[in-house]
Order: sequence, then C-alpha cells, then structure tokens
Amino acid sequence: MDFAMIFFILVGALSVGAAVGVVTSKIAVHSALFLLVHFATLAILYVTLNAQFLAAAQVIIYAGGIVILILFVIMLIGSGPMETRAAYRSWVPYAGLALGILMLAGVSLTLLQTPAAPIDPEANQGGVPIVVGLTLYSQNILLVQLAAILLLVALIGALLLARRPKPEESSTSNLRS
Amino acid sequence: MVPINYYLILSAIIFIVGTIGVLSRRNVLIIIMCVEMMLNSVNLTLIAFAGQWNNLVGQIFVFMVMAVAAAEVAVGLAILIAHFHLSKSTNIDDVNLMKW
Repeated sequence: MDFAMIFFILVGALSVGAAVGVVTSKIAVHSALFLLVHFATLAILYVTLNAQFLAAAQVIIYAGGIVILILFVIMLIGSGPMETRAAYRSWVPYAGLALGILMLAGVSLTLLQTPAAPIDPEANQGGVPIVVGLTLYSQNILLVQLAAILLLVALIGALLLARRPKPEESSTSNLRS
Repeated sequence: MVPINYYLILSAIIFIVGTIGVLSRRNVLIIIMCVEMMLNSVNLTLIAFAGQWNNLVGQIFVFMVMAVAAAEVAVGLAILIAHFHLSKSTNIDDVNLMKW
C-alpha cells in the first residue's frame, strides 16, 4: 500500500465522515459546517485526479458561495428546534435507510466486479486552467453561454421569489409571498 | 496510483448518504445540503472518468453541474424563505399548499 492509497483512504474517510455529520447533526449550523469540510476534502480528491482548476472552482463556488448562502439563510430564519414533528410518518427514516443500504450494496457489487484501472498521472495534462480553458472556450463555448443565461434566470427568479410581499398585495393573493 | 474503482465506490457512498439524508430528514435546509452532496458525488465520478479516459469533456461537464448547483441552491433557498414568510416553518411536511 503506497502513499497515494493511504492518502486517498484518509481523505475519503474524512469526506464520508463529514457527509454523515451533515445528515445526522441536530443543529443546522453544524450541518453547514460539516458540509464545508466535505467540500474541502472533495477538492483535495479533485487535485489527486488531475483537476486542479476544478478543485479551485470547487473551493470558490461551493465552499465560498453555496455554504455561505446556506449559512446566511440559517441566520435569517433562525435555527431553532424544527425537526422530528413528522410522527405520523415515522417509518420514513427507516425506509430511507433500508433503501440506501440496498442501493449501496448493488452499486458496490457492480463496481467491484469491473477491472481496476489505474489513473494515468499525466492524464488531461494535469487539468491546469489553461488546458481546461482552451477546451471550454473552443469546443464548448455554447455551454458557457447556456450557463450564463441559466445563472441570470436563477438570479432574477431568486430575487422575485424571496422578496417580501407588499401589505395590500398579500391580502389579495396568498400564493405570492 | 489509486484505481478508479475506489473513487467510484467513494462517490457511491457519498451519494447514498445524501439520499438517506433526503429521505429521512425533515428540515428543508438539510435536504438542500444533501442534494448538494449528491451533486458533488456525481462530480467526483465525472472527474474520475475524465482522468481514466484522458478526456477533458468530463471536467467541462463538472463545470456545468457546478453552475446548475449554484442556480439550484439560490432558487431553492429563495423558495424556502418565501415559504417561511408564509408558514413560519422549515419542516418539509408543512409544504403542502398544492397537495390535493
């Protein structure tokens, strides 16, 4: 077992532990912090897979953007006791757990039967930003424009959805808020 | 080097932890975080295959998934805030306005 394998196992165990922490922690802020750890460990794994640019994007977009957004919302709406009121459907967590274990068994059986292929350390020329950028802006330029439109629509939609209702407006329609 | 199967199994484990979270937690914020985790595990799979086949399109697709995830979390949190103004609750079982 060489150093790369030990490193992978350590970082992978940390990542899975943080994922379990997101699911099991009782306080929403703790979940968000576990999510931050999870994203950081995944960025480390991206580096070991020759994707340096995506590792940086992961840290900037997920850890810097999405987790902060989630934390802002937690601060905004408060994170009091807001869980486990669904006593009338108490079987749902167990059903979820059973389905998840079943799915894990199926996926693992399939993956363990496929031959192990080592990853070329020189694959994708290291995934440095210049290589990714050349591919992104030459063959996949339509994708960039699509992402731009998507983000613009999402921005406008989020603004429209989250704005406070005016007093005279809320009396006429309940659905818009 | 680490074989690709290990990355795929790790990705499957993370995806399934996210699935269990979506199915078993009732807080909308936790459910959004679990959906993000599932998207991330798919990203890990795509990057592992991009490394195996020496093809950059997988990494480009991961970039697109990141854009979609950012849009999704923004709109999802906006819906959550709008619903919170309405019902003062973040429990997913209270989101039943359009249920017949």
